[in-house]
Amino acid sequence: MDEIDMDNEDEKKSSDQDKKFLNPTPMLDELEEGPWPSFITGIKELAERTKKPMLRGVMDQLEYSYQTRMGYWKGGLVMVRGYGSGVISRRTMIKDKIPEAAEFHTFRVQPAPALHYSTKMLRDLCDTWEKYGSGLITLHGQTGDIMLQGIEESKIQECFDAINQAGWDLGGAGPAMRTGVSCVGPARCENACYDTLKLHYRVLKYFTEDVHRPQYLYKFKFKFSGCPNDCSNSIFRSDLAVIGLWRDSIQMDSTEVLDWIEKNGTDSLVNNVINRCPTRAISLEHGEMVIDNKNCVRCMHCLNVMPRALSPGRERGVTVLVGGKNILKVGAMGCTMVVPFFKMDADEDVDKFIELCESIIDWWNDNGFEKERIGETIERVGLKQFLTGVGLEASVDMVAKPRSNPYYKSKY
Amino acid sequence: MNVKRTWKTVESGPRDYQEALHPVVKKNYGKWKYHELPKPGILKHVAESGDTLFTVRAGTPRQDSVDLIRRLCDIADKYADGYLRFTVRNNVEFMTPDEENVELMVKELEAIGLPVGGVGPCVSSVAHTQGWLHCDIPATDGSGVVKSIMDSLYDDFKNWQMPSKVRLSTSCCAINCGGQADIAIVVKHTRPPRVNHEIIANTCELPKAVACCPVAAIRPTVVNNKQSVMVDHKKCMYCGACFGACPAIEINHPEHSKIGVWVGGKNSNARSKPSLGSLVAHNLPNNPPRWPEVNEVIRKILTAFKKEGRPWERLGEWIDRVGWKHFFEETDLIFEKDMIDSYRHARTTFNQSAHVRF
Repeated sequence: MDEIDMDNEDEKKSSDQDKKFLNPTPMLDELEEGPWPSFITGIKELAERTKKPMLRGVMDQLEYSYQTRMGYWKGGLVMVRGYGSGVISRRTMIKDKIPEAAEFHTFRVQPAPALHYSTKMLRDLCDTWEKYGSGLITLHGQTGDIMLQGIEESKIQECFDAINQAGWDLGGAGPAMRTGVSCVGPARCENACYDTLKLHYRVLKYFTEDVHRPQYLYKFKFKFSGCPNDCSNSIFRSDLAVIGLWRDSIQMDSTEVLDWIEKNGTDSLVNNVINRCPTRAISLEHGEMVIDNKNCVRCMHCLNVMPRALSPGRERGVTVLVGGKNILKVGAMGCTMVVPFFKMDADEDVDKFIELCESIIDWWNDNGFEKERIGETIERVGLKQFLTGVGLEASVDMVAKPRSNPYYKSKY
Repeated sequence: MNVKRTWKTVESGPRDYQEALHPVVKKNYGKWKYHELPKPGILKHVAESGDTLFTVRAGTPRQDSVDLIRRLCDIADKYADGYLRFTVRNNVEFMTPDEENVELMVKELEAIGLPVGGVGPCVSSVAHTQGWLHCDIPATDGSGVVKSIMDSLYDDFKNWQMPSKVRLSTSCCAINCGGQADIAIVVKHTRPPRVNHEIIANTCELPKAVACCPVAAIRPTVVNNKQSVMVDHKKCMYCGACFGACPAIEINHPEHSKIGVWVGGKNSNARSKPSLGSLVAHNLPNNPPRWPEVNEVIRKILTAFKKEGRPWERLGEWIDRVGWKHFFEETDLIFEKDMIDSYRHARTTFNQSAHVRF
């Protein structure tokens, strides 16, 4: 930490001598203090090196926001040819005061699934972005896009052509299919119960048309997690969550179990594994750890604590959940399980899954209101109606418990 | 378009990932056996083939410059065979099969100001939003709030001092793009929006503005012979949904847009089911550039959790065990009447039992 502080001191001294491209930003400067990496230091360095007036305008406007505690960007429409989304338009509301912040549009760019990069891909993208835009990049936006922030409308098409030529495409915005998110999956995780990267890639590729041309009622987001640890945060953050799990028994390596107990003690096994099982499915029988797999809900806890001893079963697939979203309009909602188990091994499984997704999205677009997320539509018209509409079998896995009121139209 | 186009758009969708995978990842794809956490910030994955892969994870500002990204690429070229990846919490990860590269990478990352950590029972980086830097509807900043919080939690990012992982998020408006987290910082307005009758008819689609309100507080009206809307102040609960749909219905205010703190949100299915956060502090001032009042509340919550939480227990699971009364006592936060739910399904949050702690 001392070293870092000293570096900052040195940087400040030298920049005080030769700068003056940026205007004073006393409030933002306070965000250069402290040990966590400062985005303000980063923007300043970039601005002083490249002398892009847009960056000076953005810093001036941000300082003004800090002083007045208000935002000053307005949205609008800026597009590349043939697309109806992917560019977020930003123009300043206070052009008289800060003319250099006149335009600060953003590209949403779809990264590779699970956010893997080669340095070549990233360096090329940086070079193109510095040539046409501000050089400021968010890695990553909350929906999972690379956000190239700050470009003028006149350069949009040329810049897009360059990044598109390099293999990148734009992400979604507005009432459209949005960019997907997937966890690290089989690339580097022993718990991945299906190929999250491949499914993300295939599904989003299939819906590419809907990413670029908003034609839904509202946004629709896919997230792909390889196991119920749900590292892509799909349940509360996506309209359609695909979570890997297994149908048979947890694989147990008894030698490793004994090693674990030897290393951590029986107390730890009882307190941290057995007692933490949500369905009391683990017990000690004659000193041996036994799992009642019939009663296991695949929560992942014991596998997380004992990664060498326990692994997911062999019969793997996904569970499909629908309708997660955050607060607006009618409050935050978690996804609801609508397909308890779906095999996801062969290419035909993927085709079948995409077919299912299509009928879910079609049902929503036929039955929802404008600006209604699918979770809200399901809540308004009923899960029963959703299942009938999409052609899914009702199952007890879809409810925490059966209904407690008699208000339904029974058959007679 | 004054430049003549020579390129025809290829609608390629997500970037192909094959060329982005580290060779050891490619070789052992889907064939990993187990992982260990040798020390904070470091993961060790072992494959069925016997291959070992070390990962070094570091925090980033998220709001990066091309200069910083090139520096990350330099490190990846030097020690990680030219590959890197990012996590959903904006951390960067470098992978290498060579154990000796690990410490060298840690050193270089710390030298460019990036803390190594965020793995295991610690605070990870904050899922956050754009705020004043780039959003069109923010009531506060994103990156600045995060910088202020993570300065205070720097040691908790780099070391294993928590009972379990702690996930944070911030959101610059009530839409809550930051999402559910153990501790979520979310703007809460305290006044109804103001309608700009002069411009609204030309700025917004009025039926959409009317339809977006969760409590039907917005109604069409005519002001000075112009189509407009009125807001029923008795119904309005200041969510700002209308401002997102129509910029002429301004909700943001330098004084009356406050900040609330929510705890116990959880995305994972491990042990307990995923859960939504609960409001435990509100009316905190929106106080740039350092938001000290928000930081103080986070400190109180994490101090109590650190003291009382048990291994593997997430913040919300700790509260489930000890009860909300104890939580408020231990954190020195004050339960107020407004923290009783009054919206749809409110009854599901009431104590419909004789269970009580004294």
